[in-house]
Amino acid sequence: MHNQEFFLQALIYLGAAVVTVPLAKKLGLGSVLGYLLAGIIIGPFVLGWVGQADEVMHFAEFGVVLMLFIIGLELEPALLWRMRRSIFGLGGLQVLVTAIVITVIALMMNFQINRAIAIGLILALSSTAIVLQTLSEKGLLRNVAGRSAFSVLLFQDIAVIPILALLPLIATLGQPADISESTLSNLGKVAQMPGWLQLLIIFGVIAVIVFIGRFVARHIFRLIAETGLHEVFVAMALLMVIGIALVMDFIGLSPALGTFIAGVVLADSEYRHELETTIDPFKGLLLGLFFISVGASINFSLFIENPLLIVSLVLLLIVIKFTVLLILGRIFRLKKGFEFLFAFLLAQSSEFSFVLISFSKQNKLFDEYTSALLLLVVTLSMAVSPLLLIFNDKAVSPILARWQNKLEYDEVEEQENPVILAGFGRFGLVIGRILLANNFKVTILDNNPSNVEVLRNYGFKLYFGDVTRPQMLENAGIKNARMLILSMAEHDDALKVASYVREKYPHVKILARAKDIFHVFEYFKLDVRTVQREMFESASELGAKALVELGFTRYEAYRATRTFNHHEELVTSELYKHWLEDHQKFMRETQRFREQVSETLQAEKNYSIHDSECAWDVDTLKEEALSNSKKDTPDSKS
Amino acid sequence: MKKILILFAHPAYQKSIINKALINGVRDLKGVTINDLYEKYPDFFIDISAEQKLLLQHDIIVWHHPFYWYSAPSIIKEWMDLVLQHGFAYGRQGRALEGKWVMSAISTGGRAEVYSKTGSNHFTVNEFLAPFNQSVSLCRMLYLPPFVTHGSHTITGSQLDGQVSAYRQLLILLRDEKLQAEDFDKIQYMNQLKATHA
Repeated sequence: MHNQEFFLQALIYLGAAVVTVPLAKKLGLGSVLGYLLAGIIIGPFVLGWVGQADEVMHFAEFGVVLMLFIIGLELEPALLWRMRRSIFGLGGLQVLVTAIVITVIALMMNFQINRAIAIGLILALSSTAIVLQTLSEKGLLRNVAGRSAFSVLLFQDIAVIPILALLPLIATLGQPADISESTLSNLGKVAQMPGWLQLLIIFGVIAVIVFIGRFVARHIFRLIAETGLHEVFVAMALLMVIGIALVMDFIGLSPALGTFIAGVVLADSEYRHELETTIDPFKGLLLGLFFISVGASINFSLFIENPLLIVSLVLLLIVIKFTVLLILGRIFRLKKGFEFLFAFLLAQSSEFSFVLISFSKQNKLFDEYTSALLLLVVTLSMAVSPLLLIFNDKAVSPILARWQNKLEYDEVEEQENPVILAGFGRFGLVIGRILLANNFKVTILDNNPSNVEVLRNYGFKLYFGDVTRPQMLENAGIKNARMLILSMAEHDDALKVASYVREKYPHVKILARAKDIFHVFEYFKLDVRTVQREMFESASELGAKALVELGFTRYEAYRATRTFNHHEELVTSELYKHWLEDHQKFMRETQRFREQVSETLQAEKNYSIHDSECAWDVDTLKEEALSNSKKDTPDSKS
Repeated sequence: MKKILILFAHPAYQKSIINKALINGVRDLKGVTINDLYEKYPDFFIDISAEQKLLLQHDIIVWHHPFYWYSAPSIIKEWMDLVLQHGFAYGRQGRALEGKWVMSAISTGGRAEVYSKTGSNHFTVNEFLAPFNQSVSLCRMLYLPPFVTHGSHTITGSQLDGQVSAYRQLLILLRDEKLQAEDFDKIQYMNQLKATHA
């Protein structure tokens, strides 16, 4: 019975996953490797429980589509816009340079020019599925290397479309033209239309997706949410994603790209979290299935025929991709150490390559052997990829860390402390001492290893770690914390942490150190209201001391300074209103200080900064007393 | 020789005329310590143990301040609240200040006449000083009649000079133990001592 066959297959896939994935995780290998191992084990070359995994793989590729939808949900359009440089610069260069290098090498291996170009383009892509799964599992999506890797993957997703269009064209190079009708139909019906019409349709469809996502979808979701039937919501969410994927497929765009756009459009809708949690299990299962099928499809018989050749080809591929990525990472100034992570992350080839290889085969670009060989190399590069990351974690980073005199990030023991203090330098030290002196339990984090060492010698219990990594925050027990104090000097990073924590752990009260008034405003915008400018208070204290030296009584100086500080508060809230209205004007970094001063002074005109004629010894009272000296004066003041 | 501690409080010393003259008139007296509270604690963060130590080192305490709202500027109250601790100044164990003398030296805008049942202020200065009086009693000390400068807004230069020397004389008499407890029985203000002891 057909059904029985289906359930048996499901049993095998699920069983393999349930056994190997936890095992792999326990061994610190990550879930991707676990799935791949499961696939190899149940595949035709070990147990042979599953036959052709190709069909399963095609089905499971939908997991990648779902994953990009979810990633889109987590990316606001503004953020995407800010990433444009790394998407098109870094991503574009990666594809271009890698493709050229691989093409040249293929030429040296005596491939024809058109085949060499095809191989170059196909192998230049990296695996969205593996990289993004790994990134989210390790909490690296917000890390610099993770962001850059994501940018590159996004560009590759876009690049697949022209590559698909290009392959049939280069197939005709150096060879009699042989484009059959069926080849063209593979590109989708739209591909048969004239170029300008294609472009029009593509932009039209994207516009429709954006329009529906922005104006229609939330109403539909609200209607469905009001029914209270969760499964209908689930059905609707899947319906939307599948619908978009089909439409994109029809017009010849990558479905993953389409759902990614839909995700971005829905990123600021109120149903974002609901959608995320709804789609997530499907994504997880399908991706797992996808990795299993990749594992099962590894052609070991081909491997055994010529293991040396295969191994050297895989190594060559990885070395080329790694080197190009590393150099680009340097050029694009990834922070020290991150360029290695970035390069290791993307050093494999892509699941898109499978599609492109079989497509090229149909176009008579590759013969049976070449395409089998390419498929095997791609698959193995994907299978090796998690191992590369383990290699980076265990071998490369520690060495790099030692070079840079850095320690491994610490594990935080206390998970119940009410306060997390991020940054224990000149600023944080004062805060930490005050809290500790009053018997509050504080988890202290600092990203400066020598600072950590020195303070440890004085008995402070602090941990070396980078709070910009969500993992570190979790590790520090943010779930149980009541308060996060951002006292670090990395002002932009602190803002990012604040916005992340605000979003993810709304119960945590955030207190922050601000660089200047604009930094304060950025916090206000995140609704972080307890913000202290790092310079202001101590400067005004010294101002008070100057007043004393100039002959003020200490109380007079105290009041004058308080008055000034209070006035500054009023000015700040006034400036904040302007700033909100005219954001762009303030964003120009170079003019920052000058504008701050002139804006402050401008706003200041509306307030008096001198101590009010304090209630004491008012001249008017004296005058009154003199003029009334015959009458009885009500005596309130001396 | 007794040691005198003046707890001086004027939040706007820079504008003061009367109290500046008075305090400057006694600044050089031997055995007299001036403790300027607003200068010492502009943020009102009073060092309790330092203040208690000062009290123990002196025999006569003077609260010297303008008579704001028929009372003292707020730092005096803060000082009382914090320094006159239970167990130190009062209570079964609180005998540290027992037997000391305390006096208020105040200045008022209103002339002497307005401080009476029939005057516009309806009460006498001594009546207004009741909380100080009783606080001192609770601490087992003796509360002396106050030294008062009335009409501070309208006072003339020579009148002020007279007040300054009277204040100085008074402190010297107190310091040199020329006054007995009985001397205070019949008088309303310390200013009236002048006649008998000058």
